Amino acid sequence: MRDSQVNTMKWRYFQQSLFFALFRAAALIITLALGGIIIYIIINGISAISWEFITKPPTHSMTKGGIMPAILGTIYLTAGAISIGLPLGVASAIYLTEYAKQGRMIRLIRVGINCLAGVPSVVFGLFGLAFFVILFKFGSSILAGSLTLGFLILPTIIGASEEALKAVPQTFREASLALGVSKWQTIYRIVLPNAMPGILTGSILGIGRAAGETAPIMFTAAAFFTSKLPSSIFDEVMALPYHIYVLATAGTNIEETRPIQYGTVLVLVALVLGINMVAILMRAYMRRNKRW
Amino acid sequence: MNRKTKEIFIKYIFFVFALVAIIVLAMIVFSLFREGLPIFRQVSVKDFLFGMEWYPTYDPPDFGIFPLIIGSFIVTIMATLIAVPLGVLAAIYISEIAPRSIKEVLKSVIELLAGLPSVVLGFFGMVVIAPILQNVFDLPTGLNIVNASMILALMAIPTISSISEDALYAVPQEFKEASYALGATKFETIAKVILPAALSGVTTAVMLGMARAIGETMVVLMVAGGAAAIPESIFDSVRPMPASIAAEMGETPYRSLHYHALFATGMVLFFLTLTFNLIADYVSNKFKQTGSATL
Repeated sequence: MRDSQVNTMKWRYFQQSLFFALFRAAALIITLALGGIIIYIIINGISAISWEFITKPPTHSMTKGGIMPAILGTIYLTAGAISIGLPLGVASAIYLTEYAKQGRMIRLIRVGINCLAGVPSVVFGLFGLAFFVILFKFGSSILAGSLTLGFLILPTIIGASEEALKAVPQTFREASLALGVSKWQTIYRIVLPNAMPGILTGSILGIGRAAGETAPIMFTAAAFFTSKLPSSIFDEVMALPYHIYVLATAGTNIEETRPIQYGTVLVLVALVLGINMVAILMRAYMRRNKRW
Repeated sequence: MNRKTKEIFIKYIFFVFALVAIIVLAMIVFSLFREGLPIFRQVSVKDFLFGMEWYPTYDPPDFGIFPLIIGSFIVTIMATLIAVPLGVLAAIYISEIAPRSIKEVLKSVIELLAGLPSVVLGFFGMVVIAPILQNVFDLPTGLNIVNASMILALMAIPTISSISEDALYAVPQEFKEASYALGATKFETIAKVILPAALSGVTTAVMLGMARAIGETMVVLMVAGGAAAIPESIFDSVRPMPASIAAEMGETPYRSLHYHALFATGMVLFFLTLTFNLIADYVSNKFKQTGSATL
């Protein structure tokens, strides 16, 4: 090779390593940001965590005591959201993957799902307020909050369920239909059981989302402080995300309650990321142990 | 009921369930219009959208949301400027360069970042980023555009990165092989073949990331500072639309003018994000990726 050619080759490889370093740096920055945030929260929050903190209600106008009512409230709201979002989402996904034929209607439904996924969380809050709290007269309650969150996570669940249903091999359906089994029985007995692990994994992500959202429950379910635990679905509840927001911005002793704030943030992060980790690990496990 | 009618019946039941997303969307539009439109009996659309004064609790009140719109746009644009390079470059690294094990780790990192609750990121911005900004740049407050943009960028990165990665991954293997066969280096292949082929997917990713940023509430509520004025520098406080709605809705009397004005602000926000989403949808459908790849 002539010298100039060698030089160009060198230059091209130099250029390549330069840009690859840049790509690597971008990935590294994102990883460090996530790692930094999580480590910071753990270091600052761990000292506030104790058995009392998790099992006792707040005292001294929320400057002391625990966060038990907020943890409980978040569990109620999340359970409510999933029991609304999961059946609706799975049923919707079944139509889209098993029954629908390509056409205008399906196109419209898909655009609708994408648009719903993009609706800002605070707009969901307004919707919940106008629709469930005021129009349906549920008041600020677990029910209104759960409905709002349930519709919020609907697109996540539809997406995950569709993917899981599509992953069931076509031959399973054909074998069942060839035996004379009706379409509905095929779906109910063959497709759904095989898709269930995938559906649940995807839905766990929806649970994580519902547990961490603040804006949708601000006007529909969350209470600044309640001295008693909810006795029905028409009661207001405290919730972890809203508790963090309130303590960090609206309290009278923002600096004094910092340890409680850090502790609450740690509990919420552990809860939400724990849920997400379970989903990620479950998916990895399922990929490795594929039965078909 | 014989078997055939039963099957048809079941099919239609599922069809109704499939419509649920559209029904919810319609309910959202209905409630926004029902509670938002009454403000326009008192304030003209032009004064509402382009009015420079947002003093909803004064007497007489001013309902001009232009500073809020500007606040929303400025934090969104700055967040996009941070998130797009980071998100897309990381996506290229994950999809084309990283070894398998690192790839899996990075994908989990992106997913966990997406899973962090917004209130936690907002809290982090308040207690960590704000004091740093305040000291380094000697500012009256660290709750400002820069802070909000940085945190919003963190929220948009997972969206941008994961959708871009899907698009890059979907570029057919033959394209790469053809490029290598012509003597191109791996980087040249990425820059001149893979990225252009995945451009529509990357554009979709950016649009969805922006939609995520403009609608994000807790972050801008906690770290943008809350000043309802047109900012003069990037270290000024702003009050983006979601922040205004979330902060004021709790205190406004039911069906007051202020209440209706907040719902009307929600309408503006809704239609803005809807536009971003429809553009993303249009781009991903109209410019389907070339070759055997589909998104």
